[in-house]
Amino acid sequence: MVKKFTAKVITTNRLLEGDAVYLTRDGIWSPEFGDAELFTDPAGASLALETANRQTLLHVGAYFADAETDPSGRPSPTHYRERLRSMGPSNYCHGKQAERANV
Amino acid sequence: MAVIVRDQGFSKDDLDGRSFIGMEDAEISEDLSLAIELPNHADLPALKTLLPKIGAIRINFPNFGDGRGFSIATKLRHMGYAGRLRASGHVIADQYALARRSGFDEIEIDDELAARQPENQWISGKDWKSGSYQDRLLKTELAPTR
Amino acid sequence: MYKYSEFDEFFVRRRVEEFRDQVRRRLDGSLTEDEFKPLRLKNGLYLQLHAYMLRVAIPYGTFDSRQMRQLADIADKWDKGYGHFTTRQNIQFNWPKLADVPAILDALADVDMHAIQTSGNCIRNVTADHFAGAAADEIADPRPTAELLRQWSTDHPEFQYLPRKFKIAVSGSSRDRAVTKAHDIGLRSIRDAGGSPGYEVLIGGGLGRTPMIGAVVREFLPESELLAYVESILRVYNLHGRRDNKYKARLKILVHETGIEKLSREIEAEFAERKKWFAGVDPELIEALKSAFKPPEFNLSRTGAFERRLEKDSGFRAWADTNLFEHRCSAYSIATVSLKPIGGTPGDASANQMRALADIAERLGHDEIRASHEQNIILPHIRKDDLPEAYDVLAASGLQTANFGLVSDIIACPGMDYCALATARSIPIAQEISRRFAALGIEREIGSMKIKISGCINACGHHHVGHIGILGLERAGVENYQITLGGDATETAALGDRAGRGFSADELIPALERLVEAYLRLRDSCRETFLEAYRRLGPEPFRAALYPETGKLAA
Ligand code: SF4
Repeated sequence: MVKKFTAKVITTNRLLEGDAVYLTRDGIWSPEFGDAELFTDPAGASLALETANRQTLLHVGAYFADAETDPSGRPSPTHYRERLRSMGPSNYCHGKQAERANV
Repeated sequence: MAVIVRDQGFSKDDLDGRSFIGMEDAEISEDLSLAIELPNHADLPALKTLLPKIGAIRINFPNFGDGRGFSIATKLRHMGYAGRLRASGHVIADQYALARRSGFDEIEIDDELAARQPENQWISGKDWKSGSYQDRLLKTELAPTR
Repeated sequence: MYKYSEFDEFFVRRRVEEFRDQVRRRLDGSLTEDEFKPLRLKNGLYLQLHAYMLRVAIPYGTFDSRQMRQLADIADKWDKGYGHFTTRQNIQFNWPKLADVPAILDALADVDMHAIQTSGNCIRNVTADHFAGAAADEIADPRPTAELLRQWSTDHPEFQYLPRKFKIAVSGSSRDRAVTKAHDIGLRSIRDAGGSPGYEVLIGGGLGRTPMIGAVVREFLPESELLAYVESILRVYNLHGRRDNKYKARLKILVHETGIEKLSREIEAEFAERKKWFAGVDPELIEALKSAFKPPEFNLSRTGAFERRLEKDSGFRAWADTNLFEHRCSAYSIATVSLKPIGGTPGDASANQMRALADIAERLGHDEIRASHEQNIILPHIRKDDLPEAYDVLAASGLQTANFGLVSDIIACPGMDYCALATARSIPIAQEISRRFAALGIEREIGSMKIKISGCINACGHHHVGHIGILGLERAGVENYQITLGGDATETAALGDRAGRGFSADELIPALERLVEAYLRLRDSCRETFLEAYRRLGPEPFRAALYPETGKLAA
């Protein structure tokens, strides 16, 4: 049985800052999960991951995070780990949620 | 081509032409200055009788995170082995001082690593002789050969 | 307190420079991420979910006001104004940037501190009884031993690339406050029949996957042979510990798979070899260590201020009732400052709270502070009559929570709010439990209760040895919490029994409430603690309370 491919984004943490970033359609890294390119075919996803992982001086090693399209049409994480990672901790308003509030 | 790292820096392998042999072959050899190759899980007590006719030992590090070679080196020195002791395989520049302090004399690395971590990264600032907690604490020790 | 020698100073500075260079070499490609990772870990630097995290050592939990103030300044300057005290007597900063870390390490070195070997597959920060040097029940101060081990293990050339992390704890009392039985090596100070000092040595304890209680490998080890013996244990472990599976790489698995008798023979054989050329540690050095930890000059006078305040202030009385412990000197108390405010994050202290603690320690506490593995701060030497004044300073900084040892004094690891390895969050669970039981107002009625929460099987939150242990896991894409009952972290150490199926975050708090109600109903008097009741009655009635739908145990 072939498992159905779940849509994915490519993510990592930046080497210098350590924060979580997501690969966009333009091939740059954005701090926002919603900016990420959503991969829906396995071949395209693998190729993009391979390319991303050649940028060894920018980040610590990229991986796939399962995602779905939210009502506004942007990708959003399906697993709670990636949801927390894309927002910040739940005990303080720190991390991305704070940066968003500051904009 | 292998590069040999010593305190003075990079050099060519001066043991070229003499190959490291396994323990089984060493047992039957008549040679009085053997160069032998040990895995990092070698049974050292079995080596005891051979030690006098060994001139060089090479211990392989399958990857730099596997630290068994450091204990093997320490034990060999405790057993009184005073010949050459070489580490080979994946040992990084940041481990040079540890290797020297565990009893190794030199490290054999491949060209790729030698290019990525050039000579100055191995010798500069790695003043391994300038003192360690272990030397300080165990100062009065009947030090084994180093 | 131990002050850095010239060598310590030289060593930590050199180490900071070495790390600065390693960061540079990572950025220029000389070091791959795989190579850099163990190097940064050995300097306390993790990469977590949102940021890097720097774990700073507080060796054997002992520090002073100057060091505490520096930690506060670091929190303000390079982090978000707070720090998190951990279950291994360390402090963690959750938000540093890689490029700033060498500067932070320099700032630590300025006050005789470092972050060396707080992580990685090496001998970790040595822990000890947090009441060391103060407790009335102490036989020997464990800190000279712990400091000796700190020095010996620091950058030990042979033991930087062990199969897995290696933890040592030292206790100098018949009461075990250092969880020695859950360490790779646990040392307990004892004397032999002739009165000579030495240690009982336990090995192979550890929590995490496959938790185990340590076994005695040497009933008496003369003090002078400590380093040779510990080295022998480490050498056997380094050569024979498993390297094929991360979850089977700890010493406890080697003990389990080899058997304690056989392994003990191997260690003794190694020790016999080692002793042939071990001339012992320089006795002058040992003496210097011992005198570094000499107790301060206590002021034995009494004014009655303590009693007067007790009489008129019920808040102070409640605090004194739970948070004070008997000092070896009757005019003094050991004060535990709870870092578990109701609804707060266990173990967190703001920079200003750190400064308040430093002030009290400097002014009223012989300048000594301790971090406990229970994620609280200890002021080990406060004169009883100075306690009212200390309490007022604590209260002004929100540090007066009177809950030491109660249901809201929860150990919780950072869990998935920070930790990259987590399978579930632990902090919100701790917050909810403490809020709920505070709202019910039955904390004091419940009495001694140790709840410990881990966000994954690694068990940094010591859940296996909690009277109630909570382990956060993932089940079908949601957080799920498994309960263990009857664990004990003290000299009567025991691993908790798994109660049954896990609970969702919503179900968990009501389930705990049922559990506690059952205990209150079942105890034979208000003196019988939860753990005693559990030991007397066995798990069944408690399981029945957790799983009323089955009426009995759910497998
Ligand atoms: S127990 Fe797991 S989640 Fe908690 S701090 Fe340890 S590794 Fe992280």
